[in-house]
Amino acid sequence: MELSLATRTVGEHTVLEVGGEVDVYTAPRLRERLLELIDSGARHVVVDLGRVDFLDSTGLGVLVGALKRLRTVDGTFALVCDKEPLLKIFRITALDQVFPLHPTVEAATGAGA
Amino acid sequence: MATVRLSFSPAPVHVRTARLVGVAVARRAGVREDLLDEVRLAIGEACTRAVALHRQYGLTDPVLVEMSDSGRYAVRVVDRAPIEASIGLHALDADQLANESLNEDDLTTGVGFALLAGFVDDLQVRPVDDGIGTEVRMVWPLNR
Repeated sequence: MELSLATRTVGEHTVLEVGGEVDVYTAPRLRERLLELIDSGARHVVVDLGRVDFLDSTGLGVLVGALKRLRTVDGTFALVCDKEPLLKIFRITALDQVFPLHPTVEAATGAGA
Repeated sequence: MATVRLSFSPAPVHVRTARLVGVAVARRAGVREDLLDEVRLAIGEACTRAVALHRQYGLTDPVLVEMSDSGRYAVRVVDRAPIEASIGLHALDADQLANESLNEDDLTTGVGFALLAGFVDDLQVRPVDDGIGTEVRMVWPLNR
């Protein structure tokens, strides 16, 4: 399934809904969109992985890149994910200790993410 | 003897094809359904690594994927990059991952290796027997 990207605003948060497969081929589009959001002033970014059915190291690298970029401008970055296969990927890579992970968008935006 | 052999030019767009073929052959071979997501991810990571190495070294040689199911499901992903490129492969801890000075390529390589090591119980990364290159060999049990 191709990558899908949709943006919406929840309060002061910019929520990027990602769907499909995030891999070495599609990750550059995700990187580009995240950079566009940050460059256009988004400072509290939530990436909703609820409709992602594949995520590889390239996609994870892009997400870490966005987290670090937002830190340099005093922004925040959080992920929404409640799928066990994806959560296992975050645990195995130790990235569950790097990203704020929330089960729902409401939890991510309400938690001061 | 390989059951299915696939070679593809080292372009990111073909990695998805390799994943799809790898999982289709795994399913037909009798790998347990609950392992197929891990098979898909591991083959994808091994192919992504090979494509990245070929691009890094400007190699146009194809990446080779061999799948065989004699007794167990074994997948070999072969690159043709100099062997030193594979030295120093290791998973990163949380502090290293969050370190500002770590660039995205190195982070992706470390994360990719963590995924391979985490999802494949029987994993070997070794020089190829013929010529220059490295093979990533992954084995899963068959449920039959």
